[in-house]
Amino acid sequence: MSTLTLNKITAQKGISVADATRKCADLGWNPSYVQEAMTYPSDYKITKAPRDPMKQVLRSYFSMQEEKDNRVYGALDAALRGDMFRNVEPRWVEWMKLFLAIIPFPEISAARSMAMVSRLAPGEELRTGFTMQMVDEFRHSTIQMNLKKWYMENYIDPAGFDITEEAFGKCYATTIGRQFGEGFITGDAMTSACMYLTVVAETAFTNTLFVAMPSEAARNGDYALPTVFLSVQSDESRHIGNGHSLMMAALKEPENHLLIERDMKYAFWQNHAIVDAAIGTFIEYGTTDRDKNKESYAEMWHRWVYEDYYRTYMLPMEKYGIKIHHDDVTLAWERITKKNYVHKIGQFFAVGWPVNFWRIEAQTEKDFEWFEHKYPGWYAEFGDFWKWYAKLSKPGQKVITFNEEVGYVYPHRCWSSLVPCVIREDMVVGELNGQLHTFAHEIDRWTAVEAFADEFQGRPTPAMGRFSGKREWETLYDGVDLADAIVDLNFVRSDGKTLIPQPHLRFDDKDMWTLDHVRGHTLGSPLNALRGMDEATRKAHLADYAKGFTINPCN
Amino acid sequence: MVATSSSVGSGAAGAAIFADSESRKYRYFEPRAKRATHYEDVTVDVQPDPERYLIQDWIISFPDGRGAYEKNFTKAQSSNWHAFRAPDQEWERTHYQRQSRIEVMVQAVIANGRKSGAQMAFDAAWGKTLQKHLGAWKHVEFGLGCALMQAQRGGYTQMINNATLTNSSYKLRLSQDITLYLAEIGMDIAGWDDEAGKTTWLEDPMWQGTRLAVETIMGTEDYLEQYFAINLVFEPLVGELFRSGFLMQFGAANNDFMTPSVIAAAEGDYERNLANTIDLIWLLANDEAFGAQNRALFQSWVIKHAALADKAAKQLQPIWSKPHSKPVSFEEARAVSEERFAKILGELNLSR
Repeated sequence: MSTLTLNKITAQKGISVADATRKCADLGWNPSYVQEAMTYPSDYKITKAPRDPMKQVLRSYFSMQEEKDNRVYGALDAALRGDMFRNVEPRWVEWMKLFLAIIPFPEISAARSMAMVSRLAPGEELRTGFTMQMVDEFRHSTIQMNLKKWYMENYIDPAGFDITEEAFGKCYATTIGRQFGEGFITGDAMTSACMYLTVVAETAFTNTLFVAMPSEAARNGDYALPTVFLSVQSDESRHIGNGHSLMMAALKEPENHLLIERDMKYAFWQNHAIVDAAIGTFIEYGTTDRDKNKESYAEMWHRWVYEDYYRTYMLPMEKYGIKIHHDDVTLAWERITKKNYVHKIGQFFAVGWPVNFWRIEAQTEKDFEWFEHKYPGWYAEFGDFWKWYAKLSKPGQKVITFNEEVGYVYPHRCWSSLVPCVIREDMVVGELNGQLHTFAHEIDRWTAVEAFADEFQGRPTPAMGRFSGKREWETLYDGVDLADAIVDLNFVRSDGKTLIPQPHLRFDDKDMWTLDHVRGHTLGSPLNALRGMDEATRKAHLADYAKGFTINPCN
Repeated sequence: MVATSSSVGSGAAGAAIFADSESRKYRYFEPRAKRATHYEDVTVDVQPDPERYLIQDWIISFPDGRGAYEKNFTKAQSSNWHAFRAPDQEWERTHYQRQSRIEVMVQAVIANGRKSGAQMAFDAAWGKTLQKHLGAWKHVEFGLGCALMQAQRGGYTQMINNATLTNSSYKLRLSQDITLYLAEIGMDIAGWDDEAGKTTWLEDPMWQGTRLAVETIMGTEDYLEQYFAINLVFEPLVGELFRSGFLMQFGAANNDFMTPSVIAAAEGDYERNLANTIDLIWLLANDEAFGAQNRALFQSWVIKHAALADKAAKQLQPIWSKPHSKPVSFEEARAVSEERFAKILGELNLSR
């Protein structure tokens, strides 16, 4: 005899998920009175309706998201009750001032980009997916702003969090985050909102952003970031599905293949340049955990980007006739493992500390040992630099940015990714609109000069975006005293003299740098200087730049 | 564990006193009231612009030179686009809470209604009316939701775009709620044709005025015109007319308690979206520098979209005659709708 249950008594036949999805997809129609405006055009032509891989409707989506939210906010409350901040590592939280200043803008840009992709293809099967992504990104942006506010309210030094969105628009480091976020919403709708955002940024790089980084947060006593960001990451599979489906619809038209190849190349390389610079630095230089058994950023990159993305997502596209730029993946891998890309970026952020809005602490002997273990040869190249940094962290010392004794040479800025050209031998110079520009790599030159143009390999590309604005941050303060620049940036605490950025974690007024400590140094634009050189001088300068620099021993 | 990277052995607020160690409020924007609301903290200035902090300007542009967000994405002008704060103060948590509660309520209504056989008690003519005309209405909500999804890309500030985004989310939820509601009660009603709604929407002359009005909004490039036309013109003249003036009035009289409950959530949605839109448009209509020209622009939008909405409403009139029990006449419902529209226009010093 079967057992009688309440469920059996009350059960009634409902609509199947497949049926519900099909009916919701059938809400659309082809307008016949007034055509929809193509406000955001694309050079891609998509005639086949993309399929919905997720089969979810809004009825189940909202309650699922509310439940996820309840867990997140419950965990934040629990973290406070558990006195999380007493045990958190300030070295880590300081870098969150930079990360959380950047990330809400790319997130909300992704929400906006749903307006751009939703009219590109026929049919409405993906509309529910786009709707969920739009609301997801709204979730991500505001949940991250909430997390930042929470840090500001509970962490020992709130300065930097308190000016966060202003700092995002001004800082020499956040400029790379703006390139990332604007890349989702400007120019060819398919290039920006599908290829750059979903096919590459979300599919390839959110694992390092939203999975690898939270793991490191937990190692530093920060349980809030993993709670928020793993919840964020749980939304990403939907977005990856949207991007893949739309790209597969585009793939069906052979005339799109050239554009797909162009955009895969541009998007992969620029995501590597930007995400690896930022997240690599946070993970490797923001941590105090030097367990040699944990993965380095390079090892995580191999797992998430090389194995997961390149081998299982990019490579299979070859069977559809798409040329995959294998060499670019290898180049990116070698930049991380052989050319110390992440370490050179970490060094650059540290050199520029006075124009930051967070604290950067020196790496110590314990850190050196781990770096050398994970990246053999690291100590020879970077050990003395960090010793100098520690030595020059006391107010009254000559600021490291301008200290000739150190031997560091301030880098040129890449006109494409806006990340500095830290791998000196790879820098190339190219002309764009009749003017000289510097690029971190030949692929960056190709991106700015050949991909972002009105024609690509003989094919007109009228919808493609353009690089614009005052892209080299240093140009803004060319010839300006460092202290005046910091005042203009508003990176000064409310006493009107103490800097928000500090090159140490000493929470005592007597140890903190003020405007007086940094006055008397003039900022310069490497690009303006390069353009002002005669040809022979420029040639010599570039040859010298390619040779790199040597940090002087620090005793 | 003691925090090793801190000079004071703790990373907690108050562990040390130094410059700005108590600076625990965002200090880069001016709150609307004395203290910033949670909504303001998580919303204001997340979308930057060259006036508010983008010292490098937009760094990628469209081929015609426009940046990511430009003021001329709408014909309206403002001396301070950043002033607007959405009265509903919606951010992600409140949005999911509200949407989720609505979905729970709607599903409970449908499940309990079906269990009690409520749909079998519908007056036969009412059932057919729902099949065709509520079935057609779901496309209206969908079209407006899609238009708002488009519009949420265009505003110059985060506050405008987020209010538009949540409006889109509400509309698209409602379109799916109606779709699934009809599909589920249709499983229990013999001879139910779930395709009839779309056919009616595309072909029935009663709905072609509405389709023209909706497609006109969908085809508009100006995001603010879309937002304005939907919430200040179409909704009072057609949306509320059909939802409140027909479905919610006629349901009970025709033995249907489910439809009014499913639709009621939409009226709550609209109250919020209406408040948001009026607040934004009021700011622009009373702008010190551009108020007069904005009012002229808004007046032109009223004339354009009210003409379409009037035509749409009038074509819907025969639907009021379809059910057996007719508690309200079309004229009565239309009078309420007209009164509502007049009040909205009055708030903004606009007229028909």
